[in-house]
Amino acid sequence: MKEIVIISGKGGTGKTSITASFAYLGGKDVVVADCDVDAADLHLLMNPDFAHEEDFYSGELAKINQAKCTFCGACAEICRFEAISLKKDQYSIDQLNCEGCGYCARICPAQAITNETLNVGKCYISTTKTGSKMVHARLGIGADNSGKLVAKVKNEAKRIATMTNKAFVIVDGSPGLGCPVVSSLSGANFVVMVTESSISGLHDLKRVYELVKKFKIKAGCIINKSDINPKISLEISAFLNKENIFHLTNLPYNENFTKAMTIGQTIVEYDHEELSIQLTNCWKKVKELANQ
Amino acid sequence: MKIAIASGKGGTGKTTLSVNLAHYLAKEEKIVLVDLDVEEPNSGLFIDANLIHQEHKYKMHPVWVEDKCTLCGLCQQVCNFHAIIRLGPQIMVFPELCHACYACSELCPVNALPMHKQKMGELKHFQKEDLTFIESRLDIGQEQAVPLISQTQKYVDRHFKKEILKIYDSPPGTSCPVIEATKDADFIILVTEPTPFGFHDLKLAIDTMEQLEKDFVVVINRDGIGNNEVVNYCKAESIPVIARIPNDRRIAELYSRGELIYEKHPVFKQELESIKQFILNYRNGGVS
Repeated sequence: MKEIVIISGKGGTGKTSITASFAYLGGKDVVVADCDVDAADLHLLMNPDFAHEEDFYSGELAKINQAKCTFCGACAEICRFEAISLKKDQYSIDQLNCEGCGYCARICPAQAITNETLNVGKCYISTTKTGSKMVHARLGIGADNSGKLVAKVKNEAKRIATMTNKAFVIVDGSPGLGCPVVSSLSGANFVVMVTESSISGLHDLKRVYELVKKFKIKAGCIINKSDINPKISLEISAFLNKENIFHLTNLPYNENFTKAMTIGQTIVEYDHEELSIQLTNCWKKVKELANQ
Repeated sequence: MKIAIASGKGGTGKTTLSVNLAHYLAKEEKIVLVDLDVEEPNSGLFIDANLIHQEHKYKMHPVWVEDKCTLCGLCQQVCNFHAIIRLGPQIMVFPELCHACYACSELCPVNALPMHKQKMGELKHFQKEDLTFIESRLDIGQEQAVPLISQTQKYVDRHFKKEILKIYDSPPGTSCPVIEATKDADFIILVTEPTPFGFHDLKLAIDTMEQLEKDFVVVINRDGIGNNEVVNYCKAESIPVIARIPNDRRIAELYSRGELIYEKHPVFKQELESIKQFILNYRNGGVS
């Protein structure tokens, strides 16, 4: 089983539309994992049935038992996150600031503070419209620990792929460079970076590739909307060449991306011309590279 | 006054709106634009200003002093983040997992875990006429954006008076970095696009803002593509849509070259003017 992760650094480059196309083309040979848990959209194109649902707990939140509190203020003094303050004659926890480190509970002389485990989201195992299995999640609002939820989604997808003898796990990664992306990348066999021909696209590609390099994962790149700025597209190509990144394809600025999405279809279902052919060839190439 | 520009979905036009709005408003008053998307900061690509200050930003983590350690293992017990473990005769620290709560360091009975600083990123301060631009950039390999976002806001609070208008270009999503970037804002502009992805992620962003009890308004970008779900939803929920930027390939082209859009696109400028009027009205206590 090989794991293919699709990431983008910058948002809005077409990452999820392309991931969904690969997932559709992969059919029952693949298990799909939506690791963009912060703003998960893949389900809008893959039509999963949400058959199995599980709560996900991670991290803690401090809670003060006001009846036990002696107002010594030790908790507020040691908290490094400005999460405890005296409000209306009682010490209270600012939930948004609390990191759940548990330090206050440990040092409270009156044992008035406890830590509660947090429900940070839900994890689903579904069957999609192609008959493939898909693991996806919904992160609770403002929840921390999205990196851990990403790891959970991915590990679940890998477990299913191994058990059912599937060739590939396709992972829709998160944007940015922080903990959810690091979680998405760890253990991958091949990474597809989706960028666009704009100065932001190039800038973010360079940064996210620095991260990919740290993981020593083989990488390929798709330049989307490549005709918006042909000059930048050439600059991106030169960068790919210099870094030995497989230049998978250039896709044009094409409103079929949006039109397909609007009726809940992947691009390869909606478009039967050039775009679809390009993506089909691209998927073949990605499979070859992942298997090498 | 602080205005955060945010969105659930990435790539909807947060940075485009932030840089254009900041330049447009800076023609008439002092504006501070702050790029809080520290993982992928892009606003700076659109700004031509002079660097007047830069500083490294640090986060703290414990460092093991072998000579003092009695291997009691208390540090491992108190760490909720599995950032410190005892492995046979040694203590290992994983700085990338550490949240700098100081519990292990301060509870260590023999002071064998003093806190040391480690660079996590860099803050830069630029100036051009009435436009100030502050950018923070997370070092690659650093996983936690929140401490850098928080320190950047503190820098802004220290250097600029409360009444100066500040625009925060926020990270995408709905998790901890977004909360950190928006929690101090007076109100939030959510930028979305009228597509199923845009709509789905807008609802997540709205849930987040409601939980934070923040005032928020919506700007629709790429208006004309997709469908009417966003507009109908905002109407039904009485959420003000303060501007609708048309879907136009020319805007994408100007953006791709790092140019300011309102200077060359009259319709875009008109929409920017509506946003400006909204902001001025809000500041004067007008009802949104």
